Amino acid sequence: MPPTIPILDGTGMQRALARMASEIVERARGVEGLVLVGIQRRGVEIAERLARLIERAEGSRPALGKLDITLYRDDLQTIGPRPVIGVTSLPPLDGRTVVIVDDVLYTGRTVRAALDECADFGRPRRILLCVLVDRGGRELPIQADIVGQAVTTAPGERVDVLVQELDGRDAVELARPG
Amino acid sequence: MAGALGKDLTGLRHLSAEQLRLVLDTAEPFKEVSERAIKKVPALRGKTVVNLFFEASTRTRISFEFAEKRLSADTVNVASSGSSVSKGETLVDTARNLEAMRIDMVVIRHPSSGAAEFLARRIRSNVVNAGDGTNEHPTQGLLDMLTLRDRLGDLAGKRVAICGDVLHSRVARSNIWGLTRLGAEVAVCGPPTLLPTRVESMGVRVFHRIEEAIGWADALNVLRLQLERMQAGFIPSLREYNRVWGVTAERLDRAPKPLVIMHPGPMNRGVEIDSDVADGPHSVILPQVTNGVAVRMAVLYLLAGGGPDWSDAGGEER
Repeated sequence: MPPTIPILDGTGMQRALARMASEIVERARGVEGLVLVGIQRRGVEIAERLARLIERAEGSRPALGKLDITLYRDDLQTIGPRPVIGVTSLPPLDGRTVVIVDDVLYTGRTVRAALDECADFGRPRRILLCVLVDRGGRELPIQADIVGQAVTTAPGERVDVLVQELDGRDAVELARPG
Repeated sequence: MAGALGKDLTGLRHLSAEQLRLVLDTAEPFKEVSERAIKKVPALRGKTVVNLFFEASTRTRISFEFAEKRLSADTVNVASSGSSVSKGETLVDTARNLEAMRIDMVVIRHPSSGAAEFLARRIRSNVVNAGDGTNEHPTQGLLDMLTLRDRLGDLAGKRVAICGDVLHSRVARSNIWGLTRLGAEVAVCGPPTLLPTRVESMGVRVFHRIEEAIGWADALNVLRLQLERMQAGFIPSLREYNRVWGVTAERLDRAPKPLVIMHPGPMNRGVEIDSDVADGPHSVILPQVTNGVAVRMAVLYLLAGGGPDWSDAGGEER
Protein backbone atom coordinates (compact mmCIF):
# COMPACT_ATOMS: atom_id res chain seq x y z
CA MET A 1 0.00 0.00 0.00
CA PRO A 2 1.40 3.43 -0.90
CA PRO A 3 1.44 5.93 1.96
CA THR A 4 -1.59 8.23 1.95
CA ILE A 5 -1.74 11.78 3.22
CA PRO A 6 -5.12 13.08 4.38
CA ILE A 7 -6.28 16.26 2.65
CA LEU A 8 -9.83 16.49 3.98
CA ASP A 9 -11.58 14.39 6.61
CA GLY A 10 -15.35 13.91 6.74
CA THR A 11 -16.01 17.18 8.58
CA GLY A 12 -13.65 19.12 6.34
CA MET A 13 -15.33 17.72 3.26
CA GLN A 14 -18.79 18.68 4.55
CA ARG A 15 -17.62 22.23 5.25
CA ALA A 16 -16.11 22.50 1.78
CA LEU A 17 -19.33 21.20 0.18
CA ALA A 18 -21.45 23.65 2.19
CA ARG A 19 -19.32 26.57 1.01
CA MET A 20 -19.38 25.30 -2.60
CA ALA A 21 -23.18 25.01 -2.46
CA SER A 22 -23.57 28.60 -1.35
CA GLU A 23 -21.04 29.81 -3.95
CA ILE A 24 -23.01 28.03 -6.69
CA VAL A 25 -26.23 29.79 -5.69
CA GLU A 26 -24.42 33.11 -5.43
CA ARG A 27 -22.81 32.72 -8.88
CA ALA A 28 -26.08 31.55 -10.45
CA ARG A 29 -28.12 34.20 -8.57
CA GLY A 30 -30.60 31.67 -7.21
CA VAL A 31 -31.89 28.21 -8.00
CA GLU A 32 -34.17 29.20 -10.89
CA GLY A 33 -32.78 27.75 -14.13
CA LEU A 34 -29.91 26.03 -12.33
CA VAL A 35 -28.77 22.56 -13.43
CA LEU A 36 -26.08 20.58 -11.63
CA VAL A 37 -24.43 18.01 -13.89
CA GLY A 38 -22.24 15.41 -12.16
CA ILE A 39 -19.53 13.62 -14.12
CA GLN A 40 -19.57 9.84 -13.62
CA ARG A 41 -18.70 8.43 -11.13
CA ARG A 42 -17.97 10.48 -8.04
CA GLY A 43 -19.01 13.77 -9.61
CA VAL A 44 -22.56 12.36 -9.60
CA GLU A 45 -22.51 11.79 -5.84
CA ILE A 46 -21.01 15.21 -5.19
CA ALA A 47 -23.62 16.91 -7.39
CA GLU A 48 -26.37 15.14 -5.43
CA ARG A 49 -24.85 16.30 -2.14
CA LEU A 50 -24.63 19.88 -3.41
CA ALA A 51 -28.25 19.74 -4.59
CA ARG A 52 -29.38 18.63 -1.11
CA LEU A 53 -27.36 21.40 0.55
CA ILE A 54 -28.78 24.00 -1.83
CA GLU A 55 -32.32 22.74 -1.21
CA ARG A 56 -31.79 23.00 2.56
CA ALA A 57 -30.53 26.59 2.29
CA GLU A 58 -32.78 27.91 -0.46
CA GLY A 59 -35.96 25.83 -0.09
CA SER A 60 -35.91 24.65 -3.69
CA ARG A 61 -33.89 22.00 -5.42
CA PRO A 62 -31.83 22.56 -8.57
CA ALA A 63 -32.29 20.19 -11.53
CA LEU A 64 -29.80 17.32 -11.57
CA GLY A 65 -28.14 15.49 -14.43
CA LYS A 66 -25.36 12.98 -14.89
CA LEU A 67 -22.83 12.69 -17.64
CA ASP A 68 -20.50 9.89 -18.70
CA ILE A 69 -17.79 11.37 -20.91
CA THR A 70 -16.14 8.08 -21.92
CA LEU A 71 -17.39 8.30 -25.52
CA TYR A 72 -16.08 11.87 -25.82
CA ARG A 73 -12.56 11.14 -24.61
CA ASP A 74 -9.66 11.86 -26.93
CA ASP A 75 -7.56 8.90 -25.88
CA LEU A 76 -9.30 5.83 -27.33
CA GLN A 77 -6.08 5.18 -29.24
CA THR A 78 -3.74 5.30 -26.27
CA ILE A 79 -3.24 2.25 -24.13
CA GLY A 80 -4.80 2.58 -20.72
CA PRO A 81 -7.54 1.37 -18.48
CA ARG A 82 -11.01 2.52 -19.42
CA PRO A 83 -14.13 2.04 -17.39
CA VAL A 84 -17.35 0.43 -18.54
CA ILE A 85 -19.55 3.30 -19.67
CA GLY A 86 -21.98 4.76 -17.10
CA VAL A 87 -25.36 6.40 -17.49
CA THR A 88 -25.84 9.77 -19.17
CA SER A 89 -29.11 11.47 -18.33
CA LEU A 90 -29.57 15.20 -18.63
CA PRO A 91 -32.53 17.53 -18.08
CA PRO A 92 -33.08 20.22 -20.75
CA LEU A 93 -30.02 22.50 -20.84
CA ASP A 94 -31.19 25.24 -23.23
CA GLY A 95 -31.00 28.66 -21.63
CA ARG A 96 -30.05 27.24 -18.20
CA THR A 97 -27.07 27.85 -15.98
CA VAL A 98 -25.23 24.53 -16.01
CA VAL A 99 -22.74 23.68 -13.28
CA ILE A 100 -20.45 20.80 -14.23
CA VAL A 101 -19.49 19.00 -11.02
CA ASP A 102 -16.52 16.65 -10.67
CA ASP A 103 -14.48 15.30 -7.79
CA VAL A 104 -10.96 16.08 -9.03
CA LEU A 105 -9.72 18.59 -11.62
CA TYR A 106 -6.36 17.50 -13.06
CA THR A 107 -5.42 17.65 -16.77
CA GLY A 108 -8.71 19.29 -17.80
CA ARG A 109 -9.34 16.67 -20.50
CA THR A 110 -12.41 15.26 -18.75
CA VAL A 111 -13.91 18.76 -18.56
CA ARG A 112 -13.11 19.39 -22.23
CA ALA A 113 -15.02 16.20 -23.08
CA ALA A 114 -17.90 17.20 -20.78
CA LEU A 115 -18.18 20.60 -22.49
CA ASP A 116 -18.32 18.90 -25.90
CA GLU A 117 -20.97 16.48 -24.70
CA CYS A 118 -23.10 19.24 -23.13
CA ALA A 119 -22.96 21.12 -26.42
CA ASP A 120 -24.54 18.11 -28.16
CA PHE A 121 -27.44 18.20 -25.70
CA GLY A 122 -28.34 21.87 -25.91
CA ARG A 123 -27.20 25.44 -25.54
CA PRO A 124 -26.90 26.46 -21.89
CA ARG A 125 -26.91 30.18 -21.13
CA ARG A 126 -23.73 29.67 -19.21
CA ILE A 127 -21.56 26.78 -17.94
CA LEU A 128 -19.65 26.86 -14.66
CA LEU A 129 -17.15 24.32 -13.39
CA CYS A 130 -17.23 23.19 -9.77
CA VAL A 131 -14.72 20.67 -8.35
CA LEU A 132 -14.09 19.32 -4.88
CA VAL A 133 -10.31 19.15 -5.41
CA ASP A 134 -8.12 21.09 -7.84
CA ARG A 135 -4.80 19.26 -7.97
CA GLY A 136 -3.11 21.41 -10.65
CA GLY A 137 -1.31 19.79 -13.62
CA ARG A 138 -3.52 21.20 -16.37
CA GLU A 139 -2.87 20.19 -20.00
CA LEU A 140 -5.64 22.41 -21.38
CA PRO A 141 -6.62 26.03 -20.69
CA ILE A 142 -9.45 25.13 -18.30
CA GLN A 143 -10.06 26.57 -14.82
CA ALA A 144 -12.64 25.82 -12.17
CA ASP A 145 -15.05 28.55 -11.01
CA ILE A 146 -15.71 26.94 -7.65
CA VAL A 147 -13.12 24.84 -5.80
CA GLY A 148 -13.49 22.95 -2.52
CA GLN A 149 -9.80 22.50 -1.87
CA ALA A 150 -6.73 23.28 -3.96
CA VAL A 151 -3.72 21.03 -3.44
CA THR A 152 -0.30 20.92 -5.08
CA THR A 153 0.59 17.47 -6.36
CA ALA A 154 3.29 15.80 -8.39
CA PRO A 155 2.65 13.57 -11.41
CA GLY A 156 2.45 9.96 -10.23
CA GLU A 157 0.60 10.94 -7.09
CA ARG A 158 -3.09 10.18 -6.96
CA VAL A 159 -5.92 12.08 -5.32
CA ASP A 160 -8.62 9.76 -3.97
CA VAL A 161 -12.03 11.19 -3.20
CA LEU A 162 -14.07 8.85 -1.02
CA VAL A 163 -17.80 9.38 -0.58
CA GLN A 164 -20.13 7.81 1.96
CA GLU A 165 -22.51 6.51 -0.72
CA LEU A 166 -19.86 4.45 -2.56
CA ASP A 167 -16.95 4.07 -0.16
CA GLY A 168 -18.57 4.07 3.29
CA ARG A 169 -16.85 7.28 4.44
CA ASP A 170 -16.11 10.82 3.32
CA ALA A 171 -12.47 11.77 2.81
CA VAL A 172 -9.96 13.21 0.37
CA GLU A 173 -6.54 11.59 0.42
CA LEU A 174 -3.31 11.99 -1.49
CA ALA A 175 -1.67 8.68 -2.39
CA ARG A 176 2.09 8.79 -3.03
CA PRO A 177 3.64 6.13 -5.25
CA GLY A 178 5.00 3.39 -2.97
CA MET B 1 -4.39 -2.78 -30.67
CA ALA B 2 -6.57 -5.42 -29.11
CA GLY B 3 -9.18 -4.58 -26.50
CA ALA B 4 -11.08 -6.92 -24.22
CA LEU B 5 -12.68 -8.69 -27.21
CA GLY B 6 -9.46 -9.15 -29.18
CA LYS B 7 -8.98 -8.00 -32.78
CA ASP B 8 -12.11 -9.47 -34.35
CA LEU B 9 -15.61 -10.70 -33.66
CA THR B 10 -16.10 -13.71 -35.91
CA GLY B 11 -18.45 -15.67 -33.66
CA LEU B 12 -19.74 -16.18 -30.15
CA ARG B 13 -18.46 -19.75 -29.90
CA HIS B 14 -15.11 -18.80 -28.42
CA LEU B 15 -16.13 -15.83 -26.28
CA SER B 16 -16.03 -16.18 -22.51
CA ALA B 17 -19.02 -15.42 -20.29
CA GLU B 18 -17.11 -12.36 -19.10
CA GLN B 19 -16.63 -11.10 -22.67
CA LEU B 20 -20.30 -11.71 -23.55
CA ARG B 21 -21.42 -9.79 -20.45
CA LEU B 22 -19.02 -6.96 -21.31
CA VAL B 23 -20.63 -6.53 -24.74
CA LEU B 24 -24.15 -6.61 -23.27
CA ASP B 25 -23.22 -4.18 -20.47
CA THR B 26 -21.48 -1.86 -22.94
CA ALA B 27 -24.58 -1.91 -25.16
CA GLU B 28 -26.74 -0.49 -22.33
CA PRO B 29 -25.40 3.10 -22.47
CA PHE B 30 -25.44 2.97 -26.29
CA LYS B 31 -29.23 2.43 -26.19
CA GLU B 32 -29.49 5.91 -24.69
CA VAL B 33 -27.31 7.50 -27.40
CA SER B 34 -29.95 6.56 -30.01
CA GLU B 35 -32.62 8.35 -27.93
CA ARG B 36 -30.74 11.66 -27.94
CA ALA B 37 -31.73 14.59 -30.14
CA ILE B 38 -28.21 14.49 -31.60
CA LYS B 39 -27.72 10.74 -32.04
CA LYS B 40 -23.98 10.82 -32.28
CA VAL B 41 -20.91 10.48 -30.07
CA PRO B 42 -17.33 11.08 -31.25
CA ALA B 43 -15.88 7.78 -29.97
CA LEU B 44 -14.86 6.42 -33.44
CA ARG B 45 -14.09 9.75 -35.09
CA GLY B 46 -11.53 9.29 -37.85
CA LYS B 47 -12.04 5.51 -38.09
CA THR B 48 -12.99 4.13 -41.50
CA VAL B 49 -15.30 1.14 -41.64
CA VAL B 50 -16.07 -0.85 -44.78
CA ASN B 51 -19.30 -2.82 -44.93
CA LEU B 52 -18.49 -5.66 -47.29
CA PHE B 53 -21.71 -7.47 -48.15
CA PHE B 54 -21.54 -10.48 -50.45
CA GLU B 55 -25.15 -11.41 -49.67
CA ALA B 56 -28.43 -9.54 -49.69
CA SER B 57 -29.20 -7.78 -46.41
CA THR B 58 -31.31 -4.83 -45.45
CA ARG B 59 -31.72 -4.89 -41.70
CA THR B 60 -28.21 -5.98 -40.74
CA ARG B 61 -26.42 -3.67 -43.16
CA ILE B 62 -28.50 -0.64 -42.19
CA SER B 63 -28.16 -1.48 -38.51
CA PHE B 64 -24.36 -1.63 -38.81
CA GLU B 65 -24.36 1.58 -40.82
CA PHE B 66 -26.40 3.41 -38.17
CA ALA B 67 -24.11 2.05 -35.46
CA GLU B 68 -21.02 3.27 -37.33
CA LYS B 69 -22.47 6.69 -38.06
CA ARG B 70 -23.67 7.19 -34.48
CA LEU B 71 -20.10 6.52 -33.37
CA SER B 72 -18.84 9.13 -35.89
CA ALA B 73 -16.93 6.59 -38.00
CA ASP B 74 -16.65 7.09 -41.76
CA THR B 75 -18.36 4.29 -43.65
CA VAL B 76 -18.23 2.82 -47.12
CA ASN B 77 -20.59 0.15 -48.41
CA VAL B 78 -19.37 -2.44 -50.88
CA ALA B 79 -21.83 -4.90 -52.36
CA SER B 80 -20.70 -7.88 -54.41
CA SER B 81 -22.84 -6.93 -57.39
CA GLY B 82 -21.53 -3.87 -59.16
CA SER B 83 -18.05 -4.23 -57.66
CA SER B 84 -14.87 -5.93 -58.79
CA VAL B 85 -16.10 -9.01 -56.89
CA SER B 86 -18.39 -9.69 -59.83
CA LYS B 87 -15.28 -9.67 -62.05
CA GLY B 88 -13.85 -12.60 -60.12
CA GLU B 89 -11.62 -10.86 -57.59
CA THR B 90 -10.92 -13.01 -54.54
CA LEU B 91 -12.09 -12.05 -51.08
CA VAL B 92 -8.57 -11.46 -49.81
CA ASP B 93 -7.63 -9.35 -52.82
CA THR B 94 -10.72 -7.21 -52.35
CA ALA B 95 -9.93 -6.72 -48.67
CA ARG B 96 -6.23 -6.03 -49.25
CA ASN B 97 -7.09 -3.40 -51.83
CA LEU B 98 -9.41 -1.77 -49.32
CA GLU B 99 -6.68 -1.92 -46.69
CA ALA B 100 -4.29 -0.21 -49.08
CA MET B 101 -6.69 2.74 -48.81
CA ARG B 102 -6.07 2.74 -45.03
CA ILE B 103 -9.28 1.41 -43.56
CA ASP B 104 -9.64 0.37 -39.91
CA MET B 105 -12.49 -2.13 -39.79
CA VAL B 106 -14.35 -4.51 -42.09
CA VAL B 107 -17.89 -5.71 -41.49
CA ILE B 108 -18.38 -8.76 -43.67
CA ARG B 109 -21.36 -10.84 -44.72
CA HIS B 110 -20.56 -13.80 -46.92
CA PRO B 111 -22.40 -16.92 -48.14
CA SER B 112 -19.50 -19.20 -47.15
CA SER B 113 -19.16 -20.47 -43.57
CA GLY B 114 -15.81 -19.41 -42.16
CA ALA B 115 -15.33 -16.44 -44.50
CA ALA B 116 -15.07 -13.91 -41.66
CA GLU B 117 -12.47 -15.95 -39.77
CA PHE B 118 -10.55 -16.56 -43.02
CA LEU B 119 -10.42 -12.82 -43.67
CA ALA B 120 -9.64 -11.89 -40.06
CA ARG B 121 -6.47 -13.98 -40.17
CA ARG B 122 -5.24 -12.30 -43.31
CA ILE B 123 -5.77 -8.57 -42.80
CA ARG B 124 -4.70 -6.14 -40.10
CA SER B 125 -8.07 -4.40 -39.82
CA ASN B 126 -10.64 -5.45 -37.21
CA VAL B 127 -13.17 -7.84 -38.74
CA VAL B 128 -16.79 -8.15 -37.63
CA ASN B 129 -18.82 -11.08 -38.90
CA ALA B 130 -22.24 -9.95 -40.11
CA GLY B 131 -23.22 -13.50 -41.02
CA ASP B 132 -21.13 -16.22 -42.71
CA GLY B 133 -22.95 -19.06 -44.46
CA THR B 134 -24.63 -21.30 -41.91
CA ASN B 135 -21.91 -20.71 -39.32
CA GLU B 136 -22.51 -17.66 -37.13
CA HIS B 137 -24.19 -14.26 -36.97
CA PRO B 138 -22.68 -13.05 -33.71
CA THR B 139 -24.22 -9.59 -33.51
CA GLN B 140 -27.68 -11.12 -34.04
CA GLY B 141 -26.96 -13.57 -31.22
CA LEU B 142 -25.88 -10.69 -28.99
CA LEU B 143 -28.93 -8.55 -29.76
CA ASP B 144 -31.17 -11.53 -29.05
CA MET B 145 -29.41 -12.01 -25.71
CA LEU B 146 -29.69 -8.30 -24.87
CA THR B 147 -33.42 -8.34 -25.68
CA LEU B 148 -33.96 -11.47 -23.59
CA ARG B 149 -32.03 -9.94 -20.70
CA ASP B 150 -34.20 -6.81 -20.93
CA ARG B 151 -37.32 -8.97 -20.50
CA LEU B 152 -36.18 -11.87 -18.33
CA GLY B 153 -33.27 -10.46 -16.32
CA ASP B 154 -30.15 -12.59 -15.78
CA LEU B 155 -30.08 -15.31 -18.43
CA ALA B 156 -28.78 -18.07 -16.16
CA GLY B 157 -31.40 -20.80 -15.89
CA LYS B 158 -33.77 -19.17 -18.40
CA ARG B 159 -35.23 -21.44 -21.07
CA VAL B 160 -35.01 -20.45 -24.69
CA ALA B 161 -36.41 -22.57 -27.51
CA ILE B 162 -35.13 -21.94 -31.04
CA CYS B 163 -37.80 -23.05 -33.48
CA GLY B 164 -37.78 -23.83 -37.17
CA ASP B 165 -34.98 -24.19 -39.70
CA VAL B 166 -32.09 -24.68 -37.29
CA LEU B 167 -30.07 -26.58 -39.89
CA HIS B 168 -29.44 -23.59 -42.16
CA SER B 169 -29.46 -20.96 -39.44
CA ARG B 170 -26.36 -19.05 -38.39
CA VAL B 171 -28.64 -17.13 -36.01
CA ALA B 172 -29.43 -20.39 -34.22
CA ARG B 173 -25.76 -21.26 -33.85
CA SER B 174 -24.77 -17.89 -32.42
CA ASN B 175 -27.75 -18.04 -30.06
CA ILE B 176 -26.84 -21.53 -28.87
CA TRP B 177 -23.18 -20.70 -28.21
CA GLY B 178 -23.91 -17.40 -26.50
CA LEU B 179 -26.94 -18.41 -24.43
CA THR B 180 -25.44 -21.65 -23.13
CA ARG B 181 -22.22 -19.82 -22.20
CA LEU B 182 -24.28 -17.47 -20.03
CA GLY B 183 -26.00 -20.40 -18.35
CA ALA B 184 -29.35 -20.36 -20.16
CA GLU B 185 -31.03 -23.64 -21.08
CA VAL B 186 -31.50 -23.90 -24.82
CA ALA B 187 -33.71 -26.19 -26.87
CA VAL B 188 -34.22 -26.55 -30.58
CA CYS B 189 -37.47 -27.55 -32.18
CA GLY B 190 -38.29 -28.22 -35.81
CA PRO B 191 -38.84 -30.86 -38.46
CA PRO B 192 -36.09 -33.51 -38.28
CA THR B 193 -35.06 -32.61 -41.84
CA LEU B 194 -34.26 -29.08 -40.63
CA LEU B 195 -32.27 -29.99 -37.50
CA PRO B 196 -28.52 -30.54 -37.69
CA THR B 197 -27.38 -34.09 -37.01
CA ARG B 198 -26.03 -34.52 -33.48
CA VAL B 199 -27.37 -31.09 -32.50
CA GLU B 200 -27.47 -32.35 -28.87
CA SER B 201 -23.68 -32.19 -28.85
CA MET B 202 -24.01 -28.39 -28.83
CA GLY B 203 -25.53 -28.64 -25.36
CA VAL B 204 -29.18 -28.24 -26.32
CA ARG B 205 -32.27 -30.37 -25.86
CA VAL B 206 -34.47 -31.31 -28.82
CA PHE B 207 -38.24 -31.10 -29.07
CA HIS B 208 -40.04 -32.78 -31.93
CA ARG B 209 -43.36 -31.01 -31.34
CA ILE B 210 -43.81 -27.23 -31.15
CA GLU B 211 -46.34 -27.70 -28.32
CA GLU B 212 -43.63 -29.28 -26.15
CA ALA B 213 -41.26 -26.39 -26.76
CA ILE B 214 -44.00 -23.87 -25.93
CA GLY B 215 -44.83 -25.72 -22.73
CA TRP B 216 -41.17 -25.75 -21.65
CA ALA B 217 -39.75 -22.37 -22.64
CA ASP B 218 -39.61 -18.84 -21.20
CA ALA B 219 -38.93 -17.45 -24.67
CA LEU B 220 -39.21 -18.60 -28.28
CA ASN B 221 -36.80 -17.52 -30.98
CA VAL B 222 -38.75 -18.27 -34.16
CA LEU B 223 -36.49 -18.68 -37.18
CA ARG B 224 -37.39 -17.68 -40.69
CA LEU B 225 -38.29 -20.56 -42.95
CA GLN B 226 -36.16 -19.92 -46.00
CA LEU B 227 -38.68 -20.46 -48.75
CA GLU B 228 -36.20 -22.08 -51.10
CA ARG B 229 -36.05 -24.98 -48.62
CA MET B 230 -39.44 -26.15 -49.80
CA GLN B 231 -38.23 -26.59 -53.38
CA ALA B 232 -35.26 -28.49 -51.98
CA GLY B 233 -37.65 -30.98 -50.37
CA PHE B 234 -36.99 -30.27 -46.69
CA ILE B 235 -40.70 -29.69 -46.05
CA PRO B 236 -43.80 -30.80 -47.97
CA SER B 237 -45.57 -27.41 -48.20
CA LEU B 238 -45.72 -24.03 -46.49
CA ARG B 239 -49.29 -24.65 -45.43
CA GLU B 240 -48.40 -27.92 -43.80
CA TYR B 241 -45.39 -26.32 -42.12
CA ASN B 242 -47.63 -23.67 -40.59
CA ARG B 243 -50.13 -26.26 -39.43
CA VAL B 244 -47.53 -28.43 -37.70
CA TRP B 245 -44.78 -25.98 -36.70
CA GLY B 246 -46.33 -22.51 -36.87
CA VAL B 247 -46.24 -20.36 -33.72
CA THR B 248 -49.89 -19.43 -33.39
CA ALA B 249 -51.89 -17.55 -30.76
CA GLU B 250 -53.94 -20.69 -30.19
CA ARG B 251 -50.84 -22.72 -29.29
CA LEU B 252 -49.41 -19.97 -27.10
CA ASP B 253 -52.71 -19.65 -25.20
CA ARG B 254 -52.21 -23.17 -23.92
CA ALA B 255 -48.77 -22.38 -22.46
CA PRO B 256 -48.54 -22.25 -18.65
CA LYS B 257 -47.16 -18.68 -18.85
CA PRO B 258 -46.77 -15.93 -21.46
CA LEU B 259 -43.68 -16.45 -23.61
CA VAL B 260 -41.35 -13.78 -24.94
CA ILE B 261 -41.52 -14.02 -28.74
CA MET B 262 -38.47 -13.22 -30.87
CA HIS B 263 -37.84 -13.43 -34.60
CA PRO B 264 -34.65 -12.33 -36.39
CA GLY B 265 -36.58 -11.22 -39.48
CA PRO B 266 -37.54 -11.04 -42.23
CA MET B 267 -40.77 -12.77 -41.20
CA ASN B 268 -42.96 -15.01 -43.29
CA ARG B 269 -46.26 -14.12 -41.68
CA GLY B 270 -48.60 -17.08 -41.67
CA VAL B 271 -45.77 -19.58 -42.19
CA GLU B 272 -43.47 -19.87 -39.14
CA ILE B 273 -45.30 -17.19 -37.14
CA ASP B 274 -48.83 -15.84 -37.22
CA SER B 275 -49.49 -12.12 -37.47
CA ASP B 276 -51.39 -11.88 -34.19
CA VAL B 277 -48.35 -13.38 -32.42
CA ALA B 278 -45.79 -11.23 -34.24
CA ASP B 279 -47.77 -8.09 -33.41
CA GLY B 280 -48.93 -9.29 -30.00
CA PRO B 281 -48.12 -7.97 -26.53
CA HIS B 282 -45.32 -10.47 -25.88
CA SER B 283 -43.52 -9.92 -29.18
CA VAL B 284 -40.13 -8.20 -28.87
CA ILE B 285 -39.40 -8.31 -32.58
CA LEU B 286 -39.08 -4.52 -32.94
CA PRO B 287 -37.13 -4.06 -29.66
CA GLN B 288 -34.72 -6.63 -31.14
CA VAL B 289 -34.12 -4.29 -34.07
CA THR B 290 -33.61 -1.31 -31.74
CA ASN B 291 -31.18 -3.30 -29.61
CA GLY B 292 -29.32 -4.37 -32.75
CA VAL B 293 -27.95 -0.86 -33.25
CA ALA B 294 -26.83 -0.60 -29.61
CA VAL B 295 -25.13 -4.01 -29.65
CA ARG B 296 -23.29 -3.21 -32.89
CA MET B 297 -22.15 0.13 -31.48
CA ALA B 298 -20.82 -1.73 -28.44
CA VAL B 299 -18.97 -4.29 -30.60
CA LEU B 300 -17.38 -1.65 -32.84
CA TYR B 301 -16.41 0.46 -29.83
CA LEU B 302 -14.84 -2.48 -28.00
CA LEU B 303 -12.93 -3.70 -31.07
CA ALA B 304 -11.62 -0.18 -31.64
CA GLY B 305 -10.04 -0.32 -28.21
CA GLY B 306 -12.76 1.06 -25.97
CA GLY B 307 -13.86 -0.61 -22.79
CA PRO B 308 -11.80 -1.90 -19.89
CA ASP B 309 -8.27 -3.09 -20.44
CA TRP B 310 -8.18 -6.43 -18.69
CA SER B 311 -4.41 -6.63 -18.84
CA ASP B 312 -4.14 -3.79 -16.32
CA ALA B 313 -6.07 -3.83 -13.09
CA GLY B 314 -5.32 -0.18 -12.22
CA GLY B 315 -7.96 2.53 -11.96
CA GLU B 316 -8.21 5.73 -13.90
CA GLU B 317 -5.49 8.18 -12.96
CA ARG B 318 -6.89 11.09 -10.99
